[in-house]
Amino acid sequence: CQSIVKMTEREERRFAEVPRESIKLMAESSGVELSEEVAALLAEDVCYRLREATQNSSQFMRHAKRRKLSVEDLNRALRWSNTETICGYGAQDALPFRPLKEGELFFVEDREINLVELALATNIPKGCAETMVRVHVSYLDGKGNLEPQGTVPTAVQSLSEDLLKYYQQITRAILGEDPHLMKVALLDLQSNSKIAALLPYFVYVISGVKSVSHDLDQLNRLLHMVKSLVQNPYLYLGSYVRSLVSSVMYCILEPLAASINPLNDHWTLRDYAALLLSHIFWTHGDLVSGLYHQILLSLQKVLSDPVRPLCSHYGAVVGLHALGWKAVERVLYPHLPAYWANLQAVLDDYSVSNAQVKADGHKVYGAILVAVERLLKMKALSLTLAAEGSGAGLPGTTTGAVGFRENSPGLSPPSEPLSEPPLGIASHLQAGGAGCPWEEWTPVSLPAMYCELYSFFGDSLAVRFSTGPPLGGATPPGPCQPLEGRKEPASSAPNLENTRKMPQLTASMNISPRQDGSPRMEPQPPSLAATETRKTCSVEVPPGPGLGTTDIFPKARFPLPQAGPPAFSFIIGGRQMGRRCQGRRFQTSFTPTPPLTTHPPRAYAHKLPVIGRVSKPVRRWTCSHYSLHLPL
Amino acid sequence: MCLWCRIRQKNPKKKTYYAAHVMTPLLSAPGEKMAAVQDAPMELDSEKETKPEILSDGTSNLSGNTASGTLSSPPLTAGGAPKQEDQQTLIAVLQFLRRNKLTESVDILRREACLEDQEDSQTLDGSGGGKGDGDGGDANSLLSRVSIASAAAPQSTLTPIPVKSEYDQPDVSVVLSAYSQQGDPSLYQVYYTGLKNFIESVLDCHRAELSQLFYPLFVHMYLELVYNNHETKAKAFFEKFSGDQECYYQDDLQILCGLTKKEHLKGNEALLDFRTSRFVLRISRDSYQLLKRHLQERHNNQIWNIIQEHLYIDIFDGMPRSKSQIDSMSGSFAGETRREVNKAKVFYGLLKEPEIEVPLDDEDDEAENEEGKPKKKKTKKDSMGSKSKKQDPNAPQQNRIPLPELKDSDKLDKIMYMKESTKRIRLGPENLPSICFYSFLNAYQGLTAVDFTDDSSLLAGGFADSTVRVWSATPKKLRKVKSAAELNLIDKESDDVLERIMDEKTASESKNLYGHSGPVYGVSFSPDRNYLLSSSEDGTVRLWSLQTFTCLVGYKGHNYPVWDTHFSPFGYYFVSGGHDRVARLWATDHYQPLRIFAGHLADVTCTRFHPNSNYVVTGSTDRTIRLWDVLNGNCVRFFTGHKGPIHSLAFSPNGKFLASGSTDGRVLLWDIGHGLMIGELKGHTDTIYALKFSRDGEILASGSMDNTVRLWDSMKAFDDMETDDFTAATGHIPLPDNSQELLLGMYHSKSTPVTHLHFTRRNLLLAAGAYNSQ
Repeated sequence: CQSIVKMTEREERRFAEVPRESIKLMAESSGVELSEEVAALLAEDVCYRLREATQNSSQFMRHAKRRKLSVEDLNRALRWSNTETICGYGAQDALPFRPLKEGELFFVEDREINLVELALATNIPKGCAETMVRVHVSYLDGKGNLEPQGTVPTAVQSLSEDLLKYYQQITRAILGEDPHLMKVALLDLQSNSKIAALLPYFVYVISGVKSVSHDLDQLNRLLHMVKSLVQNPYLYLGSYVRSLVSSVMYCILEPLAASINPLNDHWTLRDYAALLLSHIFWTHGDLVSGLYHQILLSLQKVLSDPVRPLCSHYGAVVGLHALGWKAVERVLYPHLPAYWANLQAVLDDYSVSNAQVKADGHKVYGAILVAVERLLKMKALSLTLAAEGSGAGLPGTTTGAVGFRENSPGLSPPSEPLSEPPLGIASHLQAGGAGCPWEEWTPVSLPAMYCELYSFFGDSLAVRFSTGPPLGGATPPGPCQPLEGRKEPASSAPNLENTRKMPQLTASMNISPRQDGSPRMEPQPPSLAATETRKTCSVEVPPGPGLGTTDIFPKARFPLPQAGPPAFSFIIGGRQMGRRCQGRRFQTSFTPTPPLTTHPPRAYAHKLPVIGRVSKPVRRWTCSHYSLHLPL
Repeated sequence: MCLWCRIRQKNPKKKTYYAAHVMTPLLSAPGEKMAAVQDAPMELDSEKETKPEILSDGTSNLSGNTASGTLSSPPLTAGGAPKQEDQQTLIAVLQFLRRNKLTESVDILRREACLEDQEDSQTLDGSGGGKGDGDGGDANSLLSRVSIASAAAPQSTLTPIPVKSEYDQPDVSVVLSAYSQQGDPSLYQVYYTGLKNFIESVLDCHRAELSQLFYPLFVHMYLELVYNNHETKAKAFFEKFSGDQECYYQDDLQILCGLTKKEHLKGNEALLDFRTSRFVLRISRDSYQLLKRHLQERHNNQIWNIIQEHLYIDIFDGMPRSKSQIDSMSGSFAGETRREVNKAKVFYGLLKEPEIEVPLDDEDDEAENEEGKPKKKKTKKDSMGSKSKKQDPNAPQQNRIPLPELKDSDKLDKIMYMKESTKRIRLGPENLPSICFYSFLNAYQGLTAVDFTDDSSLLAGGFADSTVRVWSATPKKLRKVKSAAELNLIDKESDDVLERIMDEKTASESKNLYGHSGPVYGVSFSPDRNYLLSSSEDGTVRLWSLQTFTCLVGYKGHNYPVWDTHFSPFGYYFVSGGHDRVARLWATDHYQPLRIFAGHLADVTCTRFHPNSNYVVTGSTDRTIRLWDVLNGNCVRFFTGHKGPIHSLAFSPNGKFLASGSTDGRVLLWDIGHGLMIGELKGHTDTIYALKFSRDGEILASGSMDNTVRLWDSMKAFDDMETDDFTAATGHIPLPDNSQELLLGMYHSKSTPVTHLHFTRRNLLLAAGAYNSQ
C-alpha cells in the first residue's frame, strides 16, 4: 500500500512524497475516516519516517559493500528502529515498478503466483553453485594483464537427475542416426517448458559445430537444434543468443571441411543457416544489444576478404540477403563494385582446373543477383508505398505489412521472416537436405545467356522485373505510373513473347519471391501452394526451369536488344524514381555498352557476361553499380 | 541516542561490577590466559560469579550476560581525557549515580576521573537543574579558555528545566532545550543575510576563514526554527540558504531538509550529535577579531549566542588559511580538530623484536631437518641482531601494555617470517608488485568482509548470509582436530602428535562457520592463525577456533551491528567498532571489554591496531579518524578532512604514518607523530574498501568499489613532506596536489570490487573481491 507514492519535484532535489490523498485512501481502506489536517500531518510524518529509514538503511548497503540498496537493507534499518519489517519482497530481482499513465500513479506489480505450478515444476534450481575462490595472477610486475579473469563456472550441481537424463536422451537422439527420433527430439525441444536449466548445455553442444565441420549431416542437425531452441517459447535465451549466433555464423561463413568435396551440398546448409540467422535475429535480436551491427560487420569482413574461398563469400551474401534488403543495401551493395572484379576473374578463367572454383563463382553470382534483385524490388516497393498511400492493386494486408516494415528500424522483412522461415526451413530440410539441385543449376548458363547484352547485370534484373510485375499484378504498375515510358518496356517485353515468356516467367517468379521474402509481394495462392517445391530449390532456380529458361531467354534477348537500350534504361530509371540525376547517370553509363552487343552471342554461350570480354567492363560495372548505389 | 542514555536505560544497578571493572588492569600475563580460553575460568577474584561465555561448540548461546557489559568501562574512557564534553558527561554520570544512591561508585568514579572539587560542587548545587547547568558551566569554562571576554554569558539564556521524573530521554530534552530561546523567527533570515554580506565584503584572506561559519550557523538556526515550531519559516530559511553551503555537506543537508517538525528532532541521532558536540572552527586571530567586532557593532546577539553556545572557535596566531587549506581539513561532522587534541605524545615506534634465543634454536633443531640448519641459524641471528640493536626512540616501553608471551609456535613462525623476508622483493616505483586476485565466485549471498592470515595461508570471507567461510590458500587442506574421545586414544608421546590429532576425514579446501544471525561485516585472523574473529550485524563478535572450526566465544556488548573488528598484531587483544558509536577493546579471555573508546559522533566503521599494539585507530561515519591509547583509553589523535564515511585504514609498517580511505574516493595520509595530514591521493571514483602498505612501506595499495587496485608511491609521499614541530604547531601544512605523480599503477578487475588487499611476506600483492556478474 505504500506503493502509491507521488514523486514531486522540489528545487533540484527529488523527494518521494506521500500525498495526503494516499493517506486518506489507506485510512479508508482500513476503515478510518481522517480529517484533512490529520491526513496532512500524517503524510508529512510518513515522508519523514520513510526518508529516515532510507538513510539508515544505506549504511547497511555500504557495509555490505554493495552499490544497490536492497529490501533487506531497509528491513534491517526498520528492525533496528523497532519497526515492523516488510515481508514478501526479498527477491533479488528488481521489482517492476510501474507507472499508471492516467493518474501519475506508481505501483509495484504484484502478480499472483500459482503455487501448485511452482511446487510441481521440475526446473527449480536446487540451490546455487558453491561459493568458491579462484586465484589468478592479474599483473606480473605491473606489466599488464597476463591472463583474463577466468569465467565463472555455472551451477553444475543444480541439475537434477531427470534433467541430466533428458539432456542425454535429447542430444543422443538429435545427433544419432534415426531421423524419426531426431524429429521427435526436436519437437520436444521446441515445446518443453522445463529445460531452462539445460540451456547452457545445449548451447555448448551447439557450439560444437566447429568440431564437426566435415560432417554436413551433423551440422544440419545442430542447426536444427538451434532452431528448436530459438522457437521454444519457454526459454529465455538471454546472452546465449550471442553464442548461438556465432555457431550459426560459423555454418554460414566458414569454409567448412565438408565443402572440399563438391558433392557435398554445403550450399543448402549455408542457406538454411542464413535463414536461421535471420530468424534468430528477428525473434531474439533484442536480447543482445548491437547484435545486428555485429553480424553485419562480420559478414562484411568476410565479403571483403579476397583470400576467403567463394563459399564463404556465398555465405556472406546469403546471410545478408536473409537479414533483409536493407542489409544488402548497406553492406553488399556498396561493396559490389570491388567484389565484382574478383568474381569476374574467377568466372573468366576457363581452365579445367578452375572449373570447380568457377562453379562456386556462379553460385556467388547467382546469390548476388538474387539479393540485388530483391533489393531493387523492395526498394521500389517501399518508394511507391511511401509515395502513394497504398498500391492500387495490392491487397490491404500487403500494404499493411509494408507500412510496418517502414516503421521498423532499418530492416526489411519484419513479419514474414518470423513466421515463414522456420516452416520453410523445416520442410526444406526434411524434403531432402542432400539433394543437389545446385550442381545441375550451376552449369545452367543463365548469366551466360545474357553475355551479349551490354549491361549484363542490369539487364538480367530488368527481365526479372518484367516478370515480377505480372505476378504481383499491380505492383509494377504502381511504381511505374508516374513515368509512362518506364511502364512500356515492362509490358512490352511480355507482349512480344507472351506465349514463350509466360512459362519462364512463372518459373523465375517462383524463385525470386521465395528467396527474398517478397512473400509480401506475392501473397497469391499459387506461390503459397508452391512453397514446398520452392523451398527445395532454395536459393536458385530449380533444375527443371533451368532448361526452360535457357530456351526462353535467348529468344527474349533478341527482341530486347533491338528495343533494348532505351527500354532498359527506362526501367532502371523508373525504379529509381525520385532520385534526381542518378537515374540519368545510369543511362549514360549504359550508352557506351551497346557496342558490346555486337559480339556474337554464340561464342560466349557458356561464359559470363560481357565483362570478361571487354577490357573496360570492370569500370563500367563499377559505374553502373555506383549509379545503382547512389539513389539509395 | 547517545551512549550514556543507552547505558542508563540498560541497567542502572551494576555497582559491584562497576567497581570491579574500574580496577581491572590490562592483564599482566595474558599469554597464559590466551591458551586457557577454552577451559580455564577467569582468575579475577571480583569476577568469579560470572564466567565468560564459553561455547563448547558452534551452537550459539546468545542468552546470558547481555546487560553486564556496558557499564564497566566508562571511567576508563573518560579517565585521562580532560576535555569538556567528557567532563560534562562525567558529571551527568555522577549525578545519575548519586540519584540512584550509588555512593560508592560515585566516589570511585570521582577518584578515577580526577574531578576537581569545584566542578563537583557545581554539580551538587545544580542537582535540581539536571544537566542544563553542567552545560552552562562547560560553556563558561570554554569561553574563558578561548579568552572571549564577552558579557553574553550563555547561562542567562538557558531556561532552567524542571527535573523530570521519567528517565526515558532526559538527554534529548536537555540537549534540545538549548534551542528553546525565542528570537523573532522572521529575523533569522535577516541575521544570516547580514552576516553573509559582511563575510562577503571582508578581505579575501579572511573571507575563506569566516566562510566556515556559514554551515554551522545555518544548521543551528534552522534547527532553532524547527524546534520552535516555525515550520514554514524554517523551510524558507533552508531553501534560501542551503545552496550556499559547501558541497561536501550535501549529505547532512539532505538529512536536515527532511526534518521539519519538532517531534522529529527527538529521534534524530545525527542532529543530536550536532547539538551535543561543539562544531569546531579554526580561525586566525585577525579574522576572529574582525568577526567579533562586526557582531558587536551590529548587536547581532542571535548569531553571537549561537557562536558562543554551539561553536568552538580555535584561534591561532598566524596567516589566515587559504580556501583549499580549509577545504582539505573540513567536511567532518563536527568541524575540524582542535589543535590541542593532537598535542599528546604518541609512541608510534615499533616494539623491539623479541630476542629469539637458545630455546629457539632447540626448537629449530626439532622442527627443521638437519640439512641447512647451521646456515639458517646464522642468517637469522644476524637479522635479529641488527634489528634489536637500535631501540626506536619513539617506541613505547616494551611493557607499556602487557603483551602475551611468545609461545614456541610463535617463535617458529617468527623464524619463518625472517626467512621469508630475506626473499622479499624490494618494491619501488620501478619495481611494482605482481597482483594476485582472489575472486569469490558465486557469492550470491554477498561478500562483506575478507581477511588473509599474515603468512597468506588462509583466507576468510564474511558473507551477508551470516556465514563465515575459511579457505586454505595453499594446497594444504583444512582439517579439524579429532573429537575428545578419539584424542584419548592417541599416543601423546609420539613425535608427530600434532599431526595425529588432526582428523584426516574432515580435510577439505574450505570450512563454513555458522553462528552469526546477521551479515558478517568484519573478519580478522589472529596472528598465530589459531583463531578467527568475526563481527556481525547481530551485535556480537565471535571468536572461532581454526583447530576445531567451532565458535569459542561470543562477545556481546555492542548490542548494535558491529561493523569491524581487528586482532592486535600480538594477538590476545582485539578491537571492535559498531553502530553504537564506540570502539571496544577486548581481550580474548574476557567476556567484557577492557576499554570503551567513546567519542565518535556516529558509527565506528573501521578499526585497526597500531603495529606496536599500543594504539588503536578508528574511522567513523562522522568522517573523522581517532587514534586511541590502549593504555588509558584516551583519544590522542583526531583527524578530520574526509568528506565521507571512512571505510579503510592502514598503518605504515614503521608505525609512523596512517592511510585512510573513504566513500569520497580519496586516500588521505597522516603523520601520526605530528598529528598532521600530509597527503591526499585522488583518483578512485568510488568507496575505498581496502588499503595496505607493502611490507617495507614503499608502496601503498588501495582497492575500491570502482573495481580497480591502485598503487601509490608512499615513500615519495612521505619523503616530500617536511614535517617538524614548527609546522605541527599551526596544525596544517600546505598539501601538494601530486596525486598523479604518486600514482604508480592502476589495475582493473573484471567487475570485481576490491574488498581486501594483502601483501605476502615476499611482497606479492593479494587482492580479494566478489565477482559481480551483473
